[in-house]
Amino acid sequence: MTQLALVIDLNVCVGCHACVTSCKQWNTSGQAGPLFDDNPYGQDPTGTFFNRVQTFEVGEFPCTETIHFPKSCLHCEDAPCVPVCPTGASYKRAEDGIVLVDYDKCIGCKYCSWACPYGAREFDENQKVMKKCTLCVDRIYDTTIPPERRKPACVLACPTSARLFGDVHDPESEVSIAIREGGGYPLMPEWGTKPANHYLPRRKTKLRIHEDELVRADNPLRKEDIRHETGKDVTLDDWLM
Amino acid sequence: MNPAFSVIVLTTLIGVGQGLFLALFSSQAFTIVKVLPTQPNGYYALGGAIALCFLGGGLVASFFHLGHPERAWRAATRWRTSWLSREVIALPAVMGLVFLYAIVNGFGLEADLYGWNIPGQVALTVGTLGVAATLTLFLCTGMIYGAIKFLQEWATPLTVVNYFLLGSASGFTFAAAYASFMAPNVVKFYAGWAITLTILAFFTRAAALFRNARIKRVATVQTAIGVRHAKVQQRSMGFMGGSYNTREYFHGRTVLFLKSVKWIFLVLVFLVPVALLWTGLPEGRPALLVAAFLAQYVGLLFERWFFFAQASHPQNLYYQFVG
Amino acid sequence: MPHTTDTADSPTPHEEVRTTTCYMCACRCGIKVHLKNGEVRFIEGNPDHPLNQGVLCAKGSSGIMKQYSPARLTKPLRRKSGAERGAGEFEEISWDEAFGILEERLARIRSTDPKKFALFTGRDQMQALTGLFARQFGTPNYAAHGGFCSVNMAAGLIYTIGGSFWEFGGPDLDRAKLFVMIGTAEDHHSNPMKIALSKFKRNGGRFISINPVRTGYSAIADEWIPIRPGTDGALLLALIHEIIKQGLYDRDFLVQYSNAAELVNQDPASPEYGMFVRFEVPPEEGCFDPQNKLWWDRDMDRPVSTMTPGVEPRLLGAFTLPDGTPVKTAFELLRERVAAYTPDWAAGITGIPKETIIRLAHEMGVTARDQKIELPIAWTDVWDNEHKTITGNPVAFHAMRGLAAHSNGFHTIRALGILMSILGTIDRPGGFRHKAPFPRPIPPCAKTPVRPEDVQPDMPLNGMPLGWPADPDDLFVDDDGQPVRIDKAFSWEYPLSVHGLMHNVITNAWRGDPYKIDTLLIFMANMSWNSTMNAQQVRKMLNDKDDDGEYRIPFITVVDAFQSEMVAFADLVLPDTTYLERHDVMSMLDRPISEFDGPVDSVRIPVLPPTGQCKPFQEVLIELGTRLALPAFVDKDGKRKYRDYPDFIINFETAPRSGIGFLAGWRGRGGEKSMKGEPNPNQWEMYEKNNCVFHYHLPKSYQYMRNWNQGYLQWAQAHGMTRHAEPINVHIYSEVLQKFRLAAQGRGDGRQPPAHLRKRVETYFDPLPFYYEPLEASLTDKRKYPLSAVTQRPMAMYHSWDSQNAWLRQIHTYNHLYVNPKTAAAHGIVDDDWIWVESQWGKVRCMARLSEAVEPGTVWTWNAIGKAAGAWNLDPSANESKQGFLLNHVISEELPAHAAGEHLSNSDPVTGQAAWYDVRVRIYKAAEDEPHETSPQFAPVPAAPGTSARRPWQNYFAGKFTRGGK
Ligand SMILES: Nc1nc2c(c(=O)[nH]1)N[C@H]1C(S)=C(S)[C@@H](COP(=O)(O)OP(=O)(O)OC[C@H]3O[C@@H](n4cnc5c(=O)[nH]c(N)nc54)[C@H](O)[C@@H]3O)O[C@H]1N2
Ligand SMILES: Nc1nc2c(c(=O)[nH]1)N[C@H]1C(S)=C(S)[C@@H](COP(=O)(O)OP(=O)(O)OC[C@H]3O[C@@H](n4cnc5c(=O)[nH]c(N)nc54)[C@H](O)[C@@H]3O)O[C@H]1N2
Ligand code: SF4
Ligand code: SF4
Ligand code: SF4
Ligand code: SF4
Ligand code: SF4
Ligand SMILES: [Mo]
Repeated sequence: MTQLALVIDLNVCVGCHACVTSCKQWNTSGQAGPLFDDNPYGQDPTGTFFNRVQTFEVGEFPCTETIHFPKSCLHCEDAPCVPVCPTGASYKRAEDGIVLVDYDKCIGCKYCSWACPYGAREFDENQKVMKKCTLCVDRIYDTTIPPERRKPACVLACPTSARLFGDVHDPESEVSIAIREGGGYPLMPEWGTKPANHYLPRRKTKLRIHEDELVRADNPLRKEDIRHETGKDVTLDDWLM
Repeated sequence: MNPAFSVIVLTTLIGVGQGLFLALFSSQAFTIVKVLPTQPNGYYALGGAIALCFLGGGLVASFFHLGHPERAWRAATRWRTSWLSREVIALPAVMGLVFLYAIVNGFGLEADLYGWNIPGQVALTVGTLGVAATLTLFLCTGMIYGAIKFLQEWATPLTVVNYFLLGSASGFTFAAAYASFMAPNVVKFYAGWAITLTILAFFTRAAALFRNARIKRVATVQTAIGVRHAKVQQRSMGFMGGSYNTREYFHGRTVLFLKSVKWIFLVLVFLVPVALLWTGLPEGRPALLVAAFLAQYVGLLFERWFFFAQASHPQNLYYQFVG
Repeated sequence: MPHTTDTADSPTPHEEVRTTTCYMCACRCGIKVHLKNGEVRFIEGNPDHPLNQGVLCAKGSSGIMKQYSPARLTKPLRRKSGAERGAGEFEEISWDEAFGILEERLARIRSTDPKKFALFTGRDQMQALTGLFARQFGTPNYAAHGGFCSVNMAAGLIYTIGGSFWEFGGPDLDRAKLFVMIGTAEDHHSNPMKIALSKFKRNGGRFISINPVRTGYSAIADEWIPIRPGTDGALLLALIHEIIKQGLYDRDFLVQYSNAAELVNQDPASPEYGMFVRFEVPPEEGCFDPQNKLWWDRDMDRPVSTMTPGVEPRLLGAFTLPDGTPVKTAFELLRERVAAYTPDWAAGITGIPKETIIRLAHEMGVTARDQKIELPIAWTDVWDNEHKTITGNPVAFHAMRGLAAHSNGFHTIRALGILMSILGTIDRPGGFRHKAPFPRPIPPCAKTPVRPEDVQPDMPLNGMPLGWPADPDDLFVDDDGQPVRIDKAFSWEYPLSVHGLMHNVITNAWRGDPYKIDTLLIFMANMSWNSTMNAQQVRKMLNDKDDDGEYRIPFITVVDAFQSEMVAFADLVLPDTTYLERHDVMSMLDRPISEFDGPVDSVRIPVLPPTGQCKPFQEVLIELGTRLALPAFVDKDGKRKYRDYPDFIINFETAPRSGIGFLAGWRGRGGEKSMKGEPNPNQWEMYEKNNCVFHYHLPKSYQYMRNWNQGYLQWAQAHGMTRHAEPINVHIYSEVLQKFRLAAQGRGDGRQPPAHLRKRVETYFDPLPFYYEPLEASLTDKRKYPLSAVTQRPMAMYHSWDSQNAWLRQIHTYNHLYVNPKTAAAHGIVDDDWIWVESQWGKVRCMARLSEAVEPGTVWTWNAIGKAAGAWNLDPSANESKQGFLLNHVISEELPAHAAGEHLSNSDPVTGQAAWYDVRVRIYKAAEDEPHETSPQFAPVPAAPGTSARRPWQNYFAGKFTRGGK
């Protein structure tokens, strides 16, 4: 069985928000759109976005880590938002595990969002239906798009390629390998929702220099100052035969 | 959570409606076995109609909560998995049965269904079904909240118990007030039960408060982003003008405000009604009993507000700081 | 596929796809614009573009909201008669009227005193054209944003290694093992840097960031080294100290490719004191280093001419020439210079522990030495030596305005250039790599005029408007040493101000110092807000009148695409097109988008028609040039030479039949030539067919060591990219600077600075880098103003111009001042408190945000999020003007009066680089009863005529705002 998902590499995410606006522009004009904006030019502008990039700080100065943390729907394998939906508008596709909302069925009761511990759903205040990341279902199967571009908009946009996309059930897929080898982890595993999306942690490259490595035989300083001018004074050398 | 007025009104109104129906029916059942004095049919019919009004009021309120009320019928389709869907079925079922109950009593419909050869068998049958539906509805309503394990304040059997007890208590209180006009000889019955239920509810609600004050959070900011460190702080939630996630899940009130609401509802839901019922009980003074109900209902509005506001959604871990 | 929406009219997203180049920022990525019914549906990165390889940043992905922004100007406007400047009261006029006004005015100025017309441009990418126009007009008063942006970075490195970061070169992260990023938040190379950085990290490279703040790139660094602002010079000099001390420098590289081993005259009595000793002096030196200097032969223990085959020179030491002249090698002078700059000393200044500095130096030195790269690429150097391989020392650096935007930035950046050079990382794999047309000679050949007489009525300017002084004779001053330019660039105040000083234009023009001007034309710069220091006062100056009731700056023309804060101060507003509506070129004559492996230029091709009356400014310049009969734009009979801008681009040549024009690709009649060749009438079509980009791949053997690569230099010369195929040796020791110092010391018979500037020039024109405290700090009571205040670029906003973008402004709606919790606690400040940030120049009220990711002595904010009320057609209640704030109000454009005089620019004394990040502040809580809004506040300006109504809400759907969204 296929489970499509994103794997987000926190090791390289610089928090640029490219995934945020590329998602918005793809989806506002796509099948999930339009995506509402309220007060776009006034006070407290707000709007429907499927993907946000947040920032966390870990530790205390000077041992601070700044973590940029993108988050969209995690397409949970045991998606708690699905069974609670009274209309069936919220569903998980059997064929690829994408969790979607059928806007035509949604009554806008918001109950599914209560059941999402990740805050990944957004209510469209204009269409009055629940919306969320669709994993760009209207891109990834679109045969009019060149095959290598049949990926979510956010994945294509991401300048650091921090967003990987693929089937986490296929052990040989890029995403599965990344999870396996990069220590990928799910968010809030304690809830048992089994998020399909995974996150790759920060990794550090360190350099240790051994004292012996500092000064080598070819140290350029040896080429300086070692040739002293020939002494003019009489030395023992002049005397000993 | 940010309490939605429509949901507060919905749950409190149907609670009264359900409780009132339970009160009417229990008194009627006692009449049938001759423990309580008989009342005219109109008494039950009118009472049923009033219960129906409460339930209908709740139904109307519920529509205000929906983005697409015109599609509300769809909500009945997922009863296999969704408590909300079950509620959506149970509520009309209760309303239908209460309606039938009122009709049966209003028109005095009689039939010797079971060959017991006593009157009231039809009312008893419809009423019993009504009780089953009402209890189911209590269960559904409670479970809508109780079933969401992420909302730890709600994810306890106490939630269902409280919905049941508080709804019933308010219904019995209302019944006491109602009876003080229509059937003074059963006021004591209602008021007695109202006091009992209110006190029981006090204990279960207090238990919930006690429990909630000591909740150990399952999810933390550490598990939310998967970083193990004692000090993890959000610096930016990624947008600044607010979003659905900040509007729906944050009440934006101070701790003091929350505390005040708690004390207000404790006084209004429990202390005042019990006192008034207690005083009103011997003489059946309608004014006191009406006051008891009003106080309790208003108190329940506060209680329900607090119920929502106190629930802290784990999604909030992701929406701590505008930046 | 099950539907997720009830949208019956679901679009085919790929109805029409057109290729062009993004300009949501200066990075210039390739994009594909998907149109539906002629309107934009989706913008994606072009996978076939060398720069962004298919990715797109947050801004680039929000182009739709820029295109359809209600802040867009769509009509030429004239200030309503009687209305005050700044009030934003306009009436629409026609283009004919607008051209008429300008033609009349400019013709009059040109025929009397051309310098009374000043043309300054902001973040544009067409300096080749605007510069050409200014020169043809005959005014010296032209510059672009470089002076207030990062000229220190350009000058500091170009005067040292012949190239620079910024748009001229960069770190080779494909091959580097250690990467040190200093003072960079985002930079121009936005997407390519991110692509490279993630590859680098995934390849296991070690990434160190030196920055007072840890955000963005620094967030993913393996190590963050917080530093006190303005002190990087101390750090870099200490690193050099330690590397020399340990012998971790690349001796061979220094000897062969730099002036480190060359002998410097140490006879204080000599007129040649501090100059390299020359064994013969050619009559004309040109703009290259003649190979006529001396080495000290290590074996024979005597001087020899440099590059004598078989000779190994001494790199360190003091010697006496046969004629008795005491000399030292340049490297010896450097070693003596850094002797006192110990890690211990630097620790006290930078706040970085001594151990960290020493470790850093060792990491750099050992990685460079022990992880050498050998590429099997044979090449020949300019001295005819054949090399079988290319070597690289895989330590790469990148730095930007964290170094540049300080008044000691030039020397700090020289120190960085020297550090990179002693590690042997110049134009080598894994180190720093040039991008065409760099490397250029040190300094490059272009020169400005040098005398007031070079400005004549009805004549083009006698020289380039901007250039690269090599000695005092190249300054643009009068006989008294007074500046000729309005911004005082190329004067003794800022001799190497190679990008001008745009940040002082308004103040100088207002004061009439050195003279008054008549017409100021501002293109693509928000000079009453973001790009001006001291914004509040400058806004008053723009609106200030003489006693006779005339404005002190009589006529201001603003060319903008949006209703920026600057628009309100215009007498005449010309509405420009957006990047999706015009032809543009990213030209080799300006700042192309070259890659390490060869020159790249690119174009924009309109994908949409102009909105309303919008007209590309390029067309405006061509039209004006033609009307004014400027020689470049008309033929011998004074007739129009170019139909329009595209026609100009095809046919213009830098000199008759030079074969060099704005575009390097598909030249020659049939497009068969590149770099050089006759005009090709189908050039635009060929660009269009090729992703709008021309990428010339140099042969591998020309891709490295280009300062000394014979093949490359000859190729570059043959293709008109450089004048001389001569080696460009690294200037560890800068004779150029020494020449100015000698003049300031009164030596020689050349030009000398006016008395009050002698000390200043003598001090700062040190041939070796040195550390000094930033000027403003040294003139500030630091007990009163203990903190440094800096800004950072947010990745999702471009300067001030994205607040009109409905999507981007949801990410940065207003800004906080970030404060370390310890610093905040000392002032009783908690999160979201309203506080004052105050410098000796002024104060701003803002909101505090506590952060562990900032050095305790620094406070910072995102740049240019705060807006003036009503600007950008935002509602006056918009958060940007209520909660957002502009730090520029507390930054001065001038230094306090001191020994070197009054009205000196708050800039680097060498280059005139605006010292944005020097300001010292204090913070304190706002009083309880103060309003919870930012201060200062400005009276709201009304929406300009021609802007569209603000949508109260919107649903954008493939080119439309659907369902009541209007
Ligand atoms: N998204 C986006 N991209 C842009 C721009 C934009 O507005 N938005 N602007 C473009 C322009 S015009 C430019 S010039 C470039 C500028 O590109 P950058 O130079 O990357 O931009 P700044 O934001 O000035 O970053 C300066 C960095 O230096 C740090 N800093 C400040 N003082 C010091 C110091 O003394 N020492 C050290 N080590 N660090 C210090 C700051 O904390 C900050 O991180 O960006 C370009 N790219
Ligand atoms: N405090 C502080 N101030 C700073 C800096 C800092 O780091 N800190 N950085 C400085 C630096 S490095 C720079 S480069 C400057 C940048 O400062 P500016 O060059 O002033 O940049 P913007 O504020 O974006 O203004 C550019 C103008 O161009 C307009 N524009 C946008 N697109 C188009 C177009 O297609 N055509 C035309 N004609 N106009 C267009 C915008 O509407 C805007 O009015 O800011 C400087 N100011
Ligand atoms: S992240 Fe939330 S919305 Fe997405 S599948 Fe999981 S529970 Fe549902
Ligand atoms: S809001 Fe829509 S999708 Fe969510 S539970 Fe209600 S009906 Fe289902
Ligand atoms: S997968 Fe598509 S819908 Fe989901 S966050 Fe990415 S762009 Fe948005
Ligand atoms: S686009 Fe990539 S790097 Fe940028 S915020 Fe999103 S995940 Fe991070
Ligand atoms: S970095 Fe972003 S805004 Fe700049 S040109 Fe590239 S895509 Fe456009
Ligand atoms: Mo800049």
